[in-house]
Amino acid sequence: MSSPADRLIYMANQIGTFFRSQGHDKAVPGIADHIRKFWDPRMKRAIFAHLDAGGAGLEPNVLEALTSLKQATSLPEAH
Amino acid sequence: MSMIEEIDFGTPRSKSETMVTLTIDGNEVTVPEGTSIMRAAMDAGHQIPKLCATDMVDAFGSCRLCVVEIEGRAGRPASCTTPVMNGLVVHTQSERLKQLRKGVMELYISDHPLDCLTCGANGDCELQDMAGAVGLREVRYGYEGENHVFAKSNGEINAAWMPKDESNPYFTYDPSKCIVCSRCVRACEEVQGSFALTISGRGFDSRVSPGMNESFLGSECVSCGACVQACPTATLTEKSVIEIGQPEHSVVTTCAYCGVGCAFKAEMRGEEVVRMVPYKDGKANRGHSCVKGRFAWGYTNHGERILKPMIRERIEDPWREVSWDAAFSFAAAKMRGIQKKYGRDAIGGITSSRCTNEETYLVQKLIRAGFGNNNVDTCARVCHSPTGYGLSVTFGTSAGTQDFDSVEDTDVAVIIGANPASAHPVFASRLKKRLRQGAKLIVIDPRRTEMVESPHVKALHLPLMPGTNVAVVTALAHVIVTEGLVNEAFVRERCDWSEFEEWAAFVAQPKHSPEATAILTGVDPKTLREAARVYATGGNGAIYYGLGVTEHSQGSTTVIAIANLAMATGNIGRPGVGVNPLRGQNNVQGSCDMGSFPHELPGYRHIAGDAVREQFEAMWDVKLNPEPGLRIPNMFDAAIEGTFMGLYVQGEDILQSDPNTKHVVAALSAMECVIVHDLFLNETANYAHVFLPGSSFLEKDGTFTNAERRIQRVRKVMSPKNGLADWEVTIGLAKAMGFEMNYSHPSEIMDEIAALTPTFAGVSYAKLDELGSVQWPCNEKAPEGTPVMHIDGFVRGKGKFIITEYVATDERTGPRFPLLLTTGRILSQYNVGAQTRRTENVVWHAEDRLEIHPHDAELRGVRDGDWVRLTSRAGETTLRAEITDRVSPGVVYTTFHHPDTQANVITTDYSDWATNCPEYKVTAVQISPSNGPSDWQKSYDEQARQSRRIAPAEAAE
Repeated sequence: MSSPADRLIYMANQIGTFFRSQGHDKAVPGIADHIRKFWDPRMKRAIFAHLDAGGAGLEPNVLEALTSLKQATSLPEAH
Repeated sequence: MSMIEEIDFGTPRSKSETMVTLTIDGNEVTVPEGTSIMRAAMDAGHQIPKLCATDMVDAFGSCRLCVVEIEGRAGRPASCTTPVMNGLVVHTQSERLKQLRKGVMELYISDHPLDCLTCGANGDCELQDMAGAVGLREVRYGYEGENHVFAKSNGEINAAWMPKDESNPYFTYDPSKCIVCSRCVRACEEVQGSFALTISGRGFDSRVSPGMNESFLGSECVSCGACVQACPTATLTEKSVIEIGQPEHSVVTTCAYCGVGCAFKAEMRGEEVVRMVPYKDGKANRGHSCVKGRFAWGYTNHGERILKPMIRERIEDPWREVSWDAAFSFAAAKMRGIQKKYGRDAIGGITSSRCTNEETYLVQKLIRAGFGNNNVDTCARVCHSPTGYGLSVTFGTSAGTQDFDSVEDTDVAVIIGANPASAHPVFASRLKKRLRQGAKLIVIDPRRTEMVESPHVKALHLPLMPGTNVAVVTALAHVIVTEGLVNEAFVRERCDWSEFEEWAAFVAQPKHSPEATAILTGVDPKTLREAARVYATGGNGAIYYGLGVTEHSQGSTTVIAIANLAMATGNIGRPGVGVNPLRGQNNVQGSCDMGSFPHELPGYRHIAGDAVREQFEAMWDVKLNPEPGLRIPNMFDAAIEGTFMGLYVQGEDILQSDPNTKHVVAALSAMECVIVHDLFLNETANYAHVFLPGSSFLEKDGTFTNAERRIQRVRKVMSPKNGLADWEVTIGLAKAMGFEMNYSHPSEIMDEIAALTPTFAGVSYAKLDELGSVQWPCNEKAPEGTPVMHIDGFVRGKGKFIITEYVATDERTGPRFPLLLTTGRILSQYNVGAQTRRTENVVWHAEDRLEIHPHDAELRGVRDGDWVRLTSRAGETTLRAEITDRVSPGVVYTTFHHPDTQANVITTDYSDWATNCPEYKVTAVQISPSNGPSDWQKSYDEQARQSRRIAPAEAAE
């Protein structure tokens, strides 16, 4: 886990892995909700930036969850 | 103030609900059936003379001092062993009884030293009291006969005399003062469950013997203190009492070690502690203690304690002692400066699970309201955060479901990833007592723990490979579902049925069977099936678990799997059952309750919830940030990245306790201001710019909340040696940062907590004084608290079954790192050892050792006691090996109590998927012979030595 982005990708995929067995329809909102509740704004900004850059390395459910979360989120500017 | 006197009723309380009425000395007494006449008399206020009886152990009937007369019965029975019956007429005093008692005492005293004036027990000796009570005035036999008292008799060496055993650092055993009442032996068996003591010999040769005539220190004695408490003479006496003298007042307070939360009487002389004695009315410990709480409080006045605030510009500089005000302004200027330069979110803090609820509450308040962000976390992040997550999604509350008394109704205890005999000893003693009465025990642990090896306990042990908890617990569920052992009525009534069906179908898949998963878990399928059947059908099943469950990549998943298991078998919502996390630190439950997690306000309410947030905003008169803040591991990542530059750490040694030390060092070194608030210059302080001295639990008022959600008072028995209680320090720092918090006493802080937190609404210091303690939720619905949760339904509504797929951790063994390292604790040391290493407890554990199986050791040419190099992908360290088959081949084990071992140099960055709780319990390692400390250990040691320098004080201005 070298760069900060790699670490966030790893963490997001780990969350995705837990929800995977619940099936796509429960997993996607589950992942999005988990990240919304527990990640600080700078982590969200960083993973959204990675998403904008193509989201390489993110599992499909996670990619979908982050896309929906990003649309629903208005993060405060970095202070 | 005066001494708190606790009545000794002579024999234990009977739990019977049938009442019996009899007459004792002309008074009618009504007591539960099964009560002894001795206890009934004491109930009526008549104390029958006694020596071998005390209410912490069962009646024994050996001293014959408690004889009574019963009308219509022949002879004079011992009142301790004679149960009450309806209509009995008992006389406790008569001419004949007086003679008999005097005769008994005369014999006792004829073989007892008469040095009462200079004796350590002078003023606190039951033998002395009884001699007075029976009116003993002479000893007709003289003292020259055969005796155990004098080293020489008639000029000859007296073979019956034995010297004092001073081997235990905390108490002495003086055989010359022993009356062989065997109270100590029975306390060791019945209360502690160690069976370390016995009576050797017969008749006049009878002696109390630790083990096979060993010294106390050399025997199986665990130094819990029960024998010392039970001893009616000076035979077993605390060394502190011998040295200081008898205490003159006492105050009830709560132990500051583990999450059991034992109540103690601090017995004092002025502001000096004479001894700590477990309090019988303490509802967590019921009068029992362990070596840490009972004896290991000497750290509070250890010479290494720092009592003056200190600052420095750079961590390479020596420390400079300054006034409190100077330290506060220095720290405030640094922290505000960082916010100005890097943004409001660039600082944060860590609350302490060792401090009080009130102190923790203030730190999170300072961060949320004063710093203006939610970058607050607590050490629960690295221990029980998965418990919070797992139990809240399944049951609806982030806490254990039972009180400790519940164990008395348990028929099957399942212990997963916990070793209560070492880490929660008083709970272990209570559990073992129940096991000796016939309850069954299942232990799921990679290691054959002290619980498995307890005397008179037969455990079904499932030695799993570290990291396979989910597979094992899901396999248990598989057996329960496929063999039709589900409690369907319970599930239909209390849980969501369709979620259950989905879950049941999942666990029933053949791939989850014990046979299919054995290849991963290493657990014998037959034993696993037996364990599942016993838990599901053996009566009240209670699960107790520890960090062996939570500190994994799948920590939260295992907690969920455990909750599923309890719901499927209906083991929730009454005494004797439940899901019970064993909390590591004294106030880890409390620190979580108090809003120490970045996403939650006090009472586990998400910061994004507008209604809740607005309540706090109104009370605190500030605008709060609705976004969750950074968790501890995220703080480290952000520090290295350059966006998190200032940290206030109260009572926590993150450098020693958090995984991947090198990563933590890099993070701390990157920060521009680290404020450490602690008793000692801990390892984290090596990287700090401000040191604020802390106060010990003896020096402040407050409350702790233990693993059973029990809120108990911590009471100040001496002035803070550093000048300020910890809550006052936080207020001082806040004020310097421009955020005023005005409280004149911690009770006012609790009032604010109660006003803002529904589960604490009924809590106040007045109520705690009245009831002794309460278990939250404590509010209008439960004014005296809630011992057992989820009685008529789950807090969240319907219990939620969630699918738990086993996913192997990415920390894998391979050719370079073929062994799995797992970590744990031992009895005499606590956590990172900052306290216990500064007590005499080091005689039991002077260094961390690496346990390794003989096969693995032989393969590597390692002999017992050899130095070995322990290498993982994260780093390497050295320590000495202990060869034992307690661990399976392929698994090695160590404790982490000593900073020079640096066990966390080895542990990795992997963490729980839901909470980022680090995966301490699984690290792939290799072992090789070594000559001594690694280069890292040497350079670390040098840095620590440099960093701890304190500049000589400058002349006063």
